[in-house]
Formats: sequence, structure tokens, C-alpha cells
Amino acid sequence: MNFKDYLKNNVVYFDGGMGTLLQKRGLKPGEFPERWNISNPSVITEIHKEYFDAGSNVVCTNTFGANRFKFSDAELDEIIKAALTNAKEAREKSLSARQKFIALDVGPLGKMLKPLGDLDFEDAVSAFAQVIKIGVKYGAELILIETMNDSYETKAALLAAKENSDLPVIVSNAYGEDGKLMTGASPAAMVAMLEGLGADALGANCSLGPKQLQSVATELLENASVPVIIKPNAGLPKSVDGKTVYDVLPDEFAKDLAVLVEKGVRIVGGCCGTTPEYIAELCSETADIEPAEIQAKSFSVVSSYTHSVKFGEVPVLIGERINPTGKKRFKQALYENDIAYILSEGVAQQEKGAQILDVNVGLPEVDETDMLKRVITELQAVSDLPLQIDTSSVVAMETALRLYNGKAMINSVNGKEESMKAVFPLVKKYGGVVVALTLDENGIPDTCEGRVEIAKKILKRAEEYGIDKKDIIFDPLAMTISADNSAACITLSAVNAIKNELGCNTSLGVSNVSFGLPNRSAVNSVFFAMALENGLSAAIMNPYSGDMMKTYYTYMALKGLDENCRQYLSVAESFIGETVATVAKTEINSDFASDLQRAIVKGFKEKAAELTATLLKTVAPIEIVNNEIIPSLNIVGKGFENKNIYLPQLLMSAEAAKSAFEVIKTSVDGNKNSALKCKFVIATVYGDIHDIGKNIVKLLLENYGFDVVDLGKDVPCEKIVDTVVELHAPLVGLSALMTTTVPSMEKTIKLLKKDAPWCKVIVGGAVLTKEYAARIGADAYAKDAMETVRYAESVWGKD
Amino acid sequence: MSFTVLTKIYSEPPFCEREILRYAGCKATDNSIIDLLNSCIDETKGKLTYKVCYCISPFSVSDGVCDFHAFKTKSEDLASHLSKCNRAVLFASTVGVEIDRLIAKYSLISPAKALMFQAIGTERIEALCDAFCADLQKQFNTVQRYSPGYGDLPLDMQKEFFNLLDCGKRIGLFLNDSLLMSPSKSVTAIVGISDESESADDSRINKLCKNKCSACGKEFCTFRRDE
Repeated sequence: MNFKDYLKNNVVYFDGGMGTLLQKRGLKPGEFPERWNISNPSVITEIHKEYFDAGSNVVCTNTFGANRFKFSDAELDEIIKAALTNAKEAREKSLSARQKFIALDVGPLGKMLKPLGDLDFEDAVSAFAQVIKIGVKYGAELILIETMNDSYETKAALLAAKENSDLPVIVSNAYGEDGKLMTGASPAAMVAMLEGLGADALGANCSLGPKQLQSVATELLENASVPVIIKPNAGLPKSVDGKTVYDVLPDEFAKDLAVLVEKGVRIVGGCCGTTPEYIAELCSETADIEPAEIQAKSFSVVSSYTHSVKFGEVPVLIGERINPTGKKRFKQALYENDIAYILSEGVAQQEKGAQILDVNVGLPEVDETDMLKRVITELQAVSDLPLQIDTSSVVAMETALRLYNGKAMINSVNGKEESMKAVFPLVKKYGGVVVALTLDENGIPDTCEGRVEIAKKILKRAEEYGIDKKDIIFDPLAMTISADNSAACITLSAVNAIKNELGCNTSLGVSNVSFGLPNRSAVNSVFFAMALENGLSAAIMNPYSGDMMKTYYTYMALKGLDENCRQYLSVAESFIGETVATVAKTEINSDFASDLQRAIVKGFKEKAAELTATLLKTVAPIEIVNNEIIPSLNIVGKGFENKNIYLPQLLMSAEAAKSAFEVIKTSVDGNKNSALKCKFVIATVYGDIHDIGKNIVKLLLENYGFDVVDLGKDVPCEKIVDTVVELHAPLVGLSALMTTTVPSMEKTIKLLKKDAPWCKVIVGGAVLTKEYAARIGADAYAKDAMETVRYAESVWGKD
Repeated sequence: MSFTVLTKIYSEPPFCEREILRYAGCKATDNSIIDLLNSCIDETKGKLTYKVCYCISPFSVSDGVCDFHAFKTKSEDLASHLSKCNRAVLFASTVGVEIDRLIAKYSLISPAKALMFQAIGTERIEALCDAFCADLQKQFNTVQRYSPGYGDLPLDMQKEFFNLLDCGKRIGLFLNDSLLMSPSKSVTAIVGISDESESADDSRINKLCKNKCSACGKEFCTFRRDE
């Protein structure tokens, strides 16, 4: 019988700990246990056999840490081969009458993935792929990916397993005492992602004892449609008389786990500190429990690296602002590679209440695949909201889905055969909830029935690809009422019919309804309310729109979805905020030449923006820059140099100045270069990931009018040189924090002097000194951001 | 000899605002700085974890080579610092990934806050190490903690630390190729244990380890304490 068939009707028993048993048999601290497969095969075989004898159905190979970061390719092959041989030999020797299987054990790589660590996602996939391929070659029967405490690494491992084998894959994560993974994912979020990627079973192991894993197990059972595995530790380790002992004994361990088997856990075993004795006890304690039936869950859910978002309970807000359509400032950011602006749109929407972020960066002349890859990667470093990948390019879509750390929302597929053929295989492979537009080769039907028919067709085709209807959310298309008076009514009936007749969730790009009309937000917000009342599950909308947010929070309160009107009360005040704000700004302070100067010097960000907007009505942009912003910056800059003002205050002022500049930039679109000085290329050198200093310098330089091209951190020297040459930039700033990365700074300077001799290089960073900077060939050293500005101005002034 | 790595989880140690401001390069404050500091501290609430994993190893020195049983490392400075010790606690500690996420997020939207979170993270991890070392002191005669990269102790020793303590699995702490750690607000260190109670030691190295700024030659350092 194969493993999957056996799992259908039985509770499956895994083995217990390996490390503790090996230590007892002489494994030294710091020694790699995987090498024992080769050096002490009889010990490994004996331990496996003891587990089979104790009642385990599955033993896991002694390959937990076997990967390319610890072993050479040749040794890795040898270790995995020997490990599988040892496990098979144990199976032959064991007299146990149970079904016996051998799982290839795959543990974490021992490195953290970017952006938190330095391991690239695809490098992780390839490291896991190597292990999986060797395991398959030497006859593994299933794969256990275990003890993963980072969702992203878990995804890399599962993807590698799926791409390189047809074996059943079980994925087990290590949850902390807070019930979450070390990188923040909840059990529900892990279920969403892992089921999307096709895990055959999923669950939890290690870290905690069986009692502490109860709540994690419950959350997994409530959300999973596949069998759940639980392999706890024997409690916590203690040191008693120089020996390691665990505080949960076999009897208690078995009883606690039996409770979970009763609740529906279908695969059990032990982790650190457990021995064959624990497994024997577990088998006998649970022998009479009927295996619970696996309940498929029907709710639609997407996830990020921390949490999941369900559709169908409360309406979900999808922020639409990361999209160039109709937004000059956003287009400019895309053309200028201004990722920071794009990301700040994401963060701001989250603060306004968006629950998912739509990401669309498609624009002619922009390499969409590359841009989407960068934005998705970087957004995941600054926002924990699930993302909706919005692109018509299948290549860009796949790239983004692969990199996404969670179960994404995908925008979109439609009823055209060509579209379904391209998009559905991606949904099947990577998981995701896909937005399906009710249009096809014949266009958009102008009746509700026509749109529902297309929805049915889409559902049928999705099923053929193995995609469940819960993973389809229909967008029955909001059309403008200025062109067709009945447009809104048709859309609303379709929302209603899709929900009630097909039992599916819906989403709308609400604002289309008002296209061509004045005061659009009034129309949008009422239409939004009507759609919600018809059962709309999600809206792609503008979270900055006060009208829309008012409608949302009011609807939630009226509908009984906002307990004690708590949310409504927390935001209600802001609904009248606009009128209050205008009254508050009339304070006068005689220390400053103007209110704007005061706002900048004091670091009042919002106020600076507000005052600039007011000034712009009567004063030319360049005059505001020269007569207001620059003098304010000079006050602060001098204060900093004279040590009357400290770094946080300098930064707060710089932020206020930046917000004033941003207002000016938006108002003088197309004319953006008027106030700019020269290009200044800035980067943290290769190998170094510290960028706070570099970011501070960038902010100040921007304040002083330099056109800063920020290459980010850990930047290879070739990239820096290429950029400088391409832009013919007269100034480069390099930052390094560590002694270990100064050589890469030196290398960059050498290359710059050769290929871009016109360019002045200024360096800074904790380990540098003036003398050191001179020695590695830099033109200048700056001890802080203001010094960099002064130097840059001196160079620019000479041109 | 048996060998146990233990894990300890601490509850939030009290915040020291003065230390945070010192790390932020602030020698004087006004209301706006205090507001900024408080709003940042509030935002970290519930997001940080305080985890330590450690083991106690035998320790001996010969010819400037420090022998921790599981591995050896050459360092005259450490050898002199631990000259009276016959055991050592090797520990790794972290306040988790969330502080790095806050720093990354605010680098984009508010560098002033990013700076403050950077300072808070530094103060937090030091506070965690202080709490852990205070616990050790109750049990043993200890000397000041000493980290890879101090004096002539090679940063390379991080590899041995991580191999021995399995920090990734135990506390979610990883070593990058550049020998920096992720999450960034983390510390690895050695605490020597001696059988005799610590004598008043005025050597420069002990002062430095006790964060005595007066022992350091960098007179104009932004972070120098007034002592």
C-alpha cells in the first residue's frame, strides 16, 4: 500500500527524536549527526529499528541538516544514500507487523532568507532541490519538511519538493510559545500558503511540548483541508547533574497527544527528547481512537507572511493606489525607478485601513517583470498585508507568484479560453485566489444572466485544472453609469446572483462606476454601500478617500459587524478632521520668518505639507524652495553642526522638508528638474547590509536639491560603476559599516577611478576615518550627513 | 561529558530611555524628541521577543589558546579576561525579527523613527543580555560578558557559536556569510565562571567590558557617556 492510501484510513505514527539518542551514544557537541550515517551506520539503523519496533509507521532519515551549506556535493550524495540504506535495513530487520514507510527528512538550511537575512529565495529553492533529487534517486517514499520557523524558507522547500518529485510531501513548522512562527506567521496563514502549494499534510513539530501545541493544533484543524501532523518535544530540556532531561514523560506525552488525535490530528510522532518508549506509549494510548474524517474547508482565503485574510465574513478592502493608471506622480516614480515612493504608497494605504494591497506596475517602456519582482520583494519587507498581483503579463505573474511569501490574490483571469489557459496552471502550481472577470471572447454581457453564465463557464474550466471554486473570486465588472443608465443595477444584480446562486465571493473595482461624472467619490461611496448590501465580499478602492472609508465603517457598524461600534468610534472623529485641521494652524511664533519655516525646523511633517499647499496657490514653487525651505534647512543644518540640534531632530526636519518638496513635486509635474542640482549616486557597498546611515545622507541630499540615485545596500561594485558611467554622475557616496566590507569599498573606488575618472567619491560609515578614507583612495570623508551635503555643494558649485 | 543547550525566554525588561537617546546620538532632548521616543517605544510593545540560548562549557587556557572543549580559539585578550575562570557560559540572544521590520518600514517613511527604532533595538538587546547575565551572577562568580570581535577575539568564532548552540532552531537566530547576524538586534557572548569571587579588577579590558567609556581612547565619540 502506498503512503497516501494508508493515510486515508489510518492514524499514522512517525518516529521520535534522533539527536538526543545520538548524544547518548557518543555524538560530540558540535559534531554533525548526518555523518554518522556513514561512520556509524549500525547505530543509526538500530535507532530506526527501535522506532519501527515501537510502532512507528514512518521513520525519517538522519538527514535533518544535510544540505549544501554544510556538506560538499559528493559528501551530501553519500550521506543521503547511506541514510536511506540505513532506514531500509532497519525496516527489513524490524518484526513489527505495521505498514512501514521511509521519509526523506528535510530540515532548515540554517540560514535566513532575504530580506531579513542574506540567502536569496531561489538559492534556497535550489539547495532544497538538490537534497530532494538525491533522496528520490535513492528511494525515499515520502518527504518530511520539518522544523521550519520561517514561512518563506518553508515555501522554498515545498516548491523544490513539488518541482523535483511526485512523492507525498508533509510540511511541519516550528511554532513558538506565542503560537506563531519565528518570522510571524499564524497557523492559519501557513495552512493557506501550504495548501495552495499542494502540501499533502501539514502541521507542527519541535519547540514545544504537547500541551503547549494544543492551540496551534486546533487552529490548524479549523483551517486545513488536508491531514494535520503534530510531533511535539518531550516538553522542555533541563540540565540535571550534567545530563539533559526533558520534563514530559512518555505517559503524559501520550495522553496529551491522544487528546489531539481525538480532535482530528491524523499524523503523530515525537521530536526533541522523545524516544522509542514515547512512541510505544503513544501507539498504545491512541490504539482505539477512530481516525477522524478530513473535512475540506470551503472558505476563500489569502495570506501574507504573518496572517490570513478570509473572504465572505466581513467585506475586505483592497487598496488600489499602487497603480500608474491616471496617476502622474506614480508614473514618474516608475520611470525613475523610485521604489521608495511606490513602497510608501503601500505603507500609507495600510495605515488608512487597507487589508490587501493591489500591485500593478505595468507601464510601456518599463520592464514589468523586473519591476514587479522588485516591488513585490521590497513591499514584503515593509508591509505585512497580503498582496494582489495585478498584471496582464503571464511571465510577470509567475515571477511574482513564485517570490510571494504567502498565498497571493491574483488579478486577473477572465472567461476567454486564452486567459484561462495561461492563468489557471499558475494558480494550480503556486496557489492563490484569482479574481475572475465576467467577460469573454464576446465582450462584457449587458445582462446579469450573461455575466453569471460566464462565471459558470469559468468555474467549470477551473475545476478541470483542479482549482476549487473557493479560490475564484468573481468581479462582475462595474461600468460607468454616465454611459449606460442601467450599468450599476446590472452589476449589483450580478454580485447578488453570484453570491446566492453560485455560492462564490465577489470583488469590484468600485470607482469605475462614476467615470465621467463630477464629484466621483459621492457616487462611488453610495454604489459601494449598495454593493455591500448585495453581498459584495471585497472592493478594490482608494483608502485615502474619506467618503469610501466613511461608507465602509458605517456599513460595518450598521450591519452588526463592528462589535460595540468600536472601529467606527475609533475613526469617526477623523471624518470631521478636515475642518478641525484648518482651524489649528493659526498659531504664530515670532522666532521664525514664517509658519512653514517653523514647521520645517520643528519637524512637523503634515503641517509642512499643508502650509506648502496653501502657499502654492499664491507663490511660485521655486520661491517656496529658495525663500522658505532652504533657509529652514540651513537653520537646522547649522544647529546640527554647532551641536545645538541632534540627529533625530535633524531627521524630523528633513522629513518635514521632504513632505513640503513632495507637495511641490506633485504640483509641478513634467517640470521636475527645475529645482535640481546634479546627480548623486549613493550605495552601501557590496557585502554590507546596513543602510540607515546611507538613507539619512540620501534624505538630506534630496532636501538640498541633489538628484539622488539610490542603489540600495549590498551593491556590487560593477553596478555602482555602470550607473555612474551611464548617468555621468559627478558625485558618488559610498557607505560601509563593517571592517569586513571596507575592502569592497576600496575595490569600488579603484574601479570608479579607472572607468569614471571625473567622478568625486565621498565615503562614510562607522569604521572609517579621514586617514583611512584617503588610504583607500576616496576624494573625501564625511563624518555625518551634513558634511556630505557640504562637500556635495562644494563640488556642484565648481561645475 | 554530557552537553545541554538550554533556552530561556524573558519578559520585557524595563526600557532605559536615557540609553536609547544616547544610542540615537541625542545629548539633550526637547518635547518633540520625547514624543518621538515614546511613540516608537509604544509601537514595539508586544512585538519583541527576548530569547537566549546557552550552554555551560569547561574552559582552560594554554599559550593564549582558549579551549572550550567543543572548540578552541586563539585570543590573548580573552585568555587574560578569563584567566581566573575554569568554566564559561556561551550564549546567544536576540529580540527577534520585528524590530528589523520596523526599522525597514520606517527607513522609507520616517528616517527619524527608523533611527529611534535602531536605538531602541540596541538598548533592548543590551537590556536582555544584562538580565541574563544578572541571572548568571546569582548562580556563579562571573566576569563581564565578552563577544566575538572584541579585542583580538576573531569574529570568525561566530561560526563555532552557531554550530554549537544551534541558534536557528532554538531562538531563530542565524549567521550570515558576512558573519553578521539576522535578526540584527542580537548578541553572542562568553561569560567566564570562576570558583573564586571576582576581585576588584581595574584592568582596561574589564572596564571596557563594563561599558566604562573613560577606558576608551575615543574622546569625541558621539556615544560617549559622561562618567
